[in-house]
Amino acid sequence: MKPFLLTLFVLFSTHIIFAQVKKAPAHKPVASKNRIEISSASKASMTNGQAIYSQSCVSCHQPDGYGVQNMNPPLIKTSYVLGDKTRLITILLKGLSHQEIDGNMYQNVMPSHDFLTDQQIADVLTYVRNSFGNKASAVTEPEVKALRAKK
Amino acid sequence: MLNLKTHFLSNFKVSATKIAIPVCIALSTLAQLSNAQTAVKNAGLKTPEGFSATILASNLGSARHLVVTPQHDIYVRLARPVNGKGTLVLHESDGKAVVKSGFGNYGGTGIYIKNGYLYDSSNEEIFRYKLNAQNEVINPNAPEKIVTGLISRFQHETKSILVDDNNNIYVNIGAYLNSCQEKDRQRGSMGVKGCPLLDSAGGIWMFKTDKPNQQLGDGTRYATGLRNVVGLDWNKQDNQLYVMQHGRDQLHDIFPDMYTVKDNANLPAETMYALKKGANAGWPYIYYDPIQHKEMVAPEYGGDGKKSTTEYLEPAAAYPAHMAPNGLLFYTGNQFPEKYKNGAFIAFHGSWNRSPEPQAGYFVVFQPFKNGKPTGQWEVFADGFSGSAAQTASGRAEHRPCGLAQGPDGSLYVTDDSKGTLYKITYKKS
Ligand code: HEC
Repeated sequence: MKPFLLTLFVLFSTHIIFAQVKKAPAHKPVASKNRIEISSASKASMTNGQAIYSQSCVSCHQPDGYGVQNMNPPLIKTSYVLGDKTRLITILLKGLSHQEIDGNMYQNVMPSHDFLTDQQIADVLTYVRNSFGNKASAVTEPEVKALRAKK
Repeated sequence: MLNLKTHFLSNFKVSATKIAIPVCIALSTLAQLSNAQTAVKNAGLKTPEGFSATILASNLGSARHLVVTPQHDIYVRLARPVNGKGTLVLHESDGKAVVKSGFGNYGGTGIYIKNGYLYDSSNEEIFRYKLNAQNEVINPNAPEKIVTGLISRFQHETKSILVDDNNNIYVNIGAYLNSCQEKDRQRGSMGVKGCPLLDSAGGIWMFKTDKPNQQLGDGTRYATGLRNVVGLDWNKQDNQLYVMQHGRDQLHDIFPDMYTVKDNANLPAETMYALKKGANAGWPYIYYDPIQHKEMVAPEYGGDGKKSTTEYLEPAAAYPAHMAPNGLLFYTGNQFPEKYKNGAFIAFHGSWNRSPEPQAGYFVVFQPFKNGKPTGQWEVFADGFSGSAAQTASGRAEHRPCGLAQGPDGSLYVTDDSKGTLYKITYKKS
């Protein structure tokens, strides 16, 4: 590149970089915003839920809840995540495989997570229901306990 | 011979630290900027000096494996049929490939041409079509069904195929479980004794090319202990079948006491095997550790993260974990520089199971060979399919390389099964 062009390029790209850096805060995870808005999801549930999510769910559903094309479904505004809590809790207790999810099929399986405690299941589902752009009521420990007892 | 570019993996660690984020944003902006400047010229890809890439066709559907005929027709398999056609026929001229027809109302991955026949596979069956002297399918509506009833249960369901010089057809039957646990992918669940699924999956089977309606029992289990193979090719120099295995997932999720999140991202290797009849690559009993260069006993079968064995077939080469090798091609053309002759191109579809660590892959790699054996370090040959460094890291790639083929003039063809792009890579001496 000629020195003149190079200077132009550097100037131009520096400008872009600054614009980008200034814009960066807009990309903050949606979850942190929701944490304030949501009333029924306590801060403790969200914090614990996030920890469980990164321990037990992140490898399949991904850090952004977006899932993996054709393999693992997203957890963003699906009828399962926002819908009936009984159905949602049951998926964690029993697992799920090869069911159609909002019109799509997925190759992988959702293993049972019954090794998590009732409180942990409540927290991780509360976290999922109030992250990635989702907004729904919290899942509570007694709700999980009641369903586990039925099995 | 084992090669692992550790610096390549450690590069990603930097981007994970908070301080580096603004720098990364700046860098990726720069990368995007320079990408945009060359996109038109090189199809958005980064290729070595002297090589150039073009886009022959776009939006084909989920383009999997492909073959190119001497007459410049290109047969592309689609994972799912588009307008009722599972195999597309394109014709290439003047730097473009135009769809001229299609046939077969079944999706799938495998396609191969040999001795006047075109073979293709759905996820359960293998068909063949007679070709005329121009390598055109004579009767697209009347294939012969060669093999039927192969196992396909959601995971690792695609069938890759290849025909040798002795009228044998080889097909991968992938394992429909991750590691043969009693409860698939469940934390702490142990391996099923003797892993019975190996009787009907988790290996390469061999059938005759000219016998109709063969079932599993009519074939021979050519090699076993292979979790899932998508890329395979015949090496003409040492006259044997080479396959790329997709290694197991989720060491950390399933055995968190033995494996950290980082271990999970870096274990096990994606492996290349040179197969002879009767070979056993060891899945699900072992996985291959690319750092220690050892066959490690799987935790489902008594492993503790440290125990190793030498019982099974040693890989011919090993690559970083989870990158999903979907295409393998031995380059026999004369167009590319001498070092590429008889070496292997590998299309890495890109990872998902490295998460929450940054994802990797989404590129075509070159593995040098000498006298029919891999020698020396592999290198990234064509990169940039994902769109940007950030898209590689998040796994939300724009394009995902899958199938590889060599054209009559020695050009390299690459399919993308995400956006249905068909790329051509050529070389010109300067
Ligand atoms: C081994 C990969 C894997 C892991 C680990 C995993 N899931 Fe899943 N999950 C899946 C798959 C695959 C499905 C879809 C199953 C089907 O198609 O029937 C699914 C379905 C779901 C669904 C219902 C469908 C939807 O997208 O809304 C929810 C909710 C869910 N998972 C939440 C979780 C949570 C919470 C965790 C962690 C505690 C978790 N999953 C861990 C793979 C996984």
